[in-house]
Amino acid sequence: MSETQDTKHLDTFPKLLQHHAKVRPTKPAMREKNFGIWQTWSWAYCAEEVAALACGLAAKGLKRGERIAIIGDNRPRLYWTMCAAQAIGAIPVPLYQDSVADEMAFVLDHAETRFAMAEDQEQVDKLLEIMDRCPRLERIIYDDDRGMRHYKQPFLDSYDSLTAEGRAFRSENPGFYEAEVAKGKGSDVAIFCYTSGTTGEPKGVVLSCDNVLITARNAAELEGLSEEEDLLAYLPMAWVGDHIFSYAQAYVVGFGVSCPESGATVMHDLRELGPTYFFAPPRIFENILTNVMVRMEDASAPKRRMFKYFLDVAKRCGVDILDGKPVSFSDRLLYNLGEVLVYGPLKNVLGLTRVQLAYTAGEAIGPDIFDFYRSLGVNLKQLYGSTEASVFITIQPNGEIFANTVGKPAPDVEVRIADNGEVQFRSPGVFREYYKNDEATRNTKTEDGWVMTGDAGFFDDRAHLRIIDRAKDVGKLADGTLFAPKFIENKLKFFPNIREAVVFGDGRDYAAAFINIDQQALGSWAERNNVAYASYQELASHPRVGEIIKEHVVQVNRDLSQDSHLAGSQLKRFLILHKELDPDDGELTRTRKVRRRIIAERYEPLIDALYSDRDRASIHVEITYEDGRKGVIAGEVSIYDSEIYQPVKAAAE
Amino acid sequence: MNDVSVDQAPMTSELSTDQSGGPVTGPRLFNEVLLEVNNVSLSFGGVKALSDISFDIKKGEVRAIIGPNGAGKSSMLNCINGFYHPQEGTITYKGKERRQMRPHEAAKTGIARTFQNIALFRGMSTLDNIMTGRLLKMKSNLFWQALYWGPNLKEENEHREKVEHIIDFLEIQDIRKTPVGRLPYGLQKRVELGRALAMEPELLLLDEPMAGMNVEEKEDMCRFVLDVNDQFGTTIALIEHDMGVVMDISDRVVVLDYGRKLADGTPDEVRSNQDVIDAYLGVSH
Repeated sequence: MSETQDTKHLDTFPKLLQHHAKVRPTKPAMREKNFGIWQTWSWAYCAEEVAALACGLAAKGLKRGERIAIIGDNRPRLYWTMCAAQAIGAIPVPLYQDSVADEMAFVLDHAETRFAMAEDQEQVDKLLEIMDRCPRLERIIYDDDRGMRHYKQPFLDSYDSLTAEGRAFRSENPGFYEAEVAKGKGSDVAIFCYTSGTTGEPKGVVLSCDNVLITARNAAELEGLSEEEDLLAYLPMAWVGDHIFSYAQAYVVGFGVSCPESGATVMHDLRELGPTYFFAPPRIFENILTNVMVRMEDASAPKRRMFKYFLDVAKRCGVDILDGKPVSFSDRLLYNLGEVLVYGPLKNVLGLTRVQLAYTAGEAIGPDIFDFYRSLGVNLKQLYGSTEASVFITIQPNGEIFANTVGKPAPDVEVRIADNGEVQFRSPGVFREYYKNDEATRNTKTEDGWVMTGDAGFFDDRAHLRIIDRAKDVGKLADGTLFAPKFIENKLKFFPNIREAVVFGDGRDYAAAFINIDQQALGSWAERNNVAYASYQELASHPRVGEIIKEHVVQVNRDLSQDSHLAGSQLKRFLILHKELDPDDGELTRTRKVRRRIIAERYEPLIDALYSDRDRASIHVEITYEDGRKGVIAGEVSIYDSEIYQPVKAAAE
Repeated sequence: MNDVSVDQAPMTSELSTDQSGGPVTGPRLFNEVLLEVNNVSLSFGGVKALSDISFDIKKGEVRAIIGPNGAGKSSMLNCINGFYHPQEGTITYKGKERRQMRPHEAAKTGIARTFQNIALFRGMSTLDNIMTGRLLKMKSNLFWQALYWGPNLKEENEHREKVEHIIDFLEIQDIRKTPVGRLPYGLQKRVELGRALAMEPELLLLDEPMAGMNVEEKEDMCRFVLDVNDQFGTTIALIEHDMGVVMDISDRVVVLDYGRKLADGTPDEVRSNQDVIDAYLGVSH
């Protein structure tokens, strides 16, 4: 904690690096697993390397204010390039390493980069391909020289030749590097983060050193991060989260960052490293949990029974123990036994043994998954953030962790809810502008610095922020009740039996849902229960399947009724679709997001039936086979009524 | 057969070049003959597997041996690495003629190979399998190796480092500790290539390295073969059925059919050779 205070006056990354090289020269700054062994570089080494690199870039003609693209997996040399560029006042622009050449061309051209640092041959090839479309791109540096022997283009330099040139330059121009670093100030632009751009072209978010460093420092102080933390940098460098967690916070606090051997070895490296500080999107936590469960199915019966028993114990009291709440003596004893027999070994396998702090963000995490990790004793927390905020908007404070909220505003962050329900914030981390896109900047950021997130949410009774949906999707029922379709759909989709859900209700009397069953989950249920079926359609229309789904819907309604804001949007009626929603039919996007409008058109008769008192409806829909041929699926669909619960608040009054 | 004229002309070919992006390459020139096969004949009882085959492999090139099923391709490789002993003819390797050589002797002289059907130790990890490729390079005997102490520790570490470079080269870090039997076919092939590379061979014989692979795996394998050739300067002789692959990556191709040599030359020459076309389209013999 004191470390963040000591470095408060240091307002740029290179200055922080110099500080750490003096204060903790031999402590590890970066690690990378290479040739099967963790290689370590100390702060002093990093400082020298960055200086050589910065001088090399300067010798090649990179000037203050110019941009340099950085493309590749998490590699120490790429992080150093970032700092080296900042040392001489240039601006790093990290790109997603898996983006195709066309996407890259847009960003390179838009950011007017003259230099590019590429990880390997693959990235160099992409750059060469788009070189004629990016007239400003002049020089490409590559890290890994494998396969590069026959590349004789004069504008290509290897990392090693660049640093060699830099060292020569430095001995000829003593004091140059130090003077350049001293010129840097907090208001300098630190980085361009291009947002992935699900709508339209990517936008270049301009963040200053102050934005990034103050935000990183605030969060580090709140969480009490120390120089002893270990972190695995495995998420794309172009993503603002990686920039904050693996770069800014490491520089602010002075802890070491480790890079995995390759994308495929992350889980293995995670286990070896045993990080103390960990971030993962919900998807990764889900995958880990699924893997554990699948592997447990293959274990011997006694092991399976023991696992199940202690998991139940953890479910009962694990979260309370983590939160420091009172727990009965017998439960505490059982939990400790479970720690020895199950939780400890399990966390060890997952690489979570030493985790003091784990974050998840990006999308809603299933409450079961969230509680699973917390009940094992992993301090998993949710946060809410965005690129425009330099990540942190809200964080769940210790001891106040609820699966359905994203916590309280982070230090120095103000959050307000606009009249239309949109979440807005103001903080030291608020971005300067979208690069060369004044219109978008004006649409997102007000004169006095409030940023519109586009997310709808509200503060609940505990003053925690809850995000319910994208603001543009949130509607109102005919009687004016708040209606957030995606929120309800997510709740439904947390049940393994439900693969997809589409909820209707905007401008209607009540909310109703289309549901797609999960054939794998219900198929295995059918097998176990001797339910015969020949096709997806038959399984979907089976009355017993209907009962199962109805239980889930009733459960969702019960949850909704607990919530004073959303109790009015309980699902009154639902139906199970006779075919799977499919991107080939245009019903889902390629990333499996529901296309509400198209579904509403295609299934109009079914929607009409949902809002009538009929209990059956027939439907014809045209479908597209994978080879492009068309066909028609016709079917008779049952419509189920669900129970509605009285809102808890109203009942209490 | 116009191989004489082909041999006299310097070999030229280009590495894969896609438009402006890609390496700047010049013509590839090979002069030094690494291995020469002279009038080799091999028969099993009454079956003539090879009859009067002659060709050479030049240092640094990628040499393909192609032909329909039963043409004698694998027999040819088996003769080269000393598994079969031809009844007639000679094989000259690095200027030394040899007739009766055992496989392990061939291995000592720098010839490594992979097999058509994978021949790995299925229960052992990728790392250990590739380590077995270092066996010939190890100085200490079984007893000292088992002791794992002092100079032997150092030696093992050196070998391990070599193996790790190969693992890195073939991008199989994630399966380093996985038992080979659990790996998919394409990866097993890659591990087998790794084991052959661990011997640091001068001549690498690949028996259908891409058989049974999907397009993506084939592309990966092609890249590895070219990279091995390029980075380590290893001479490569490969048998392959996929004509696209052969024409893309090899410098010269020799075509066998029913134990006889049909043609020998650059991919373009072979492709337009009438005998080859007949053999592949099927003409009665």
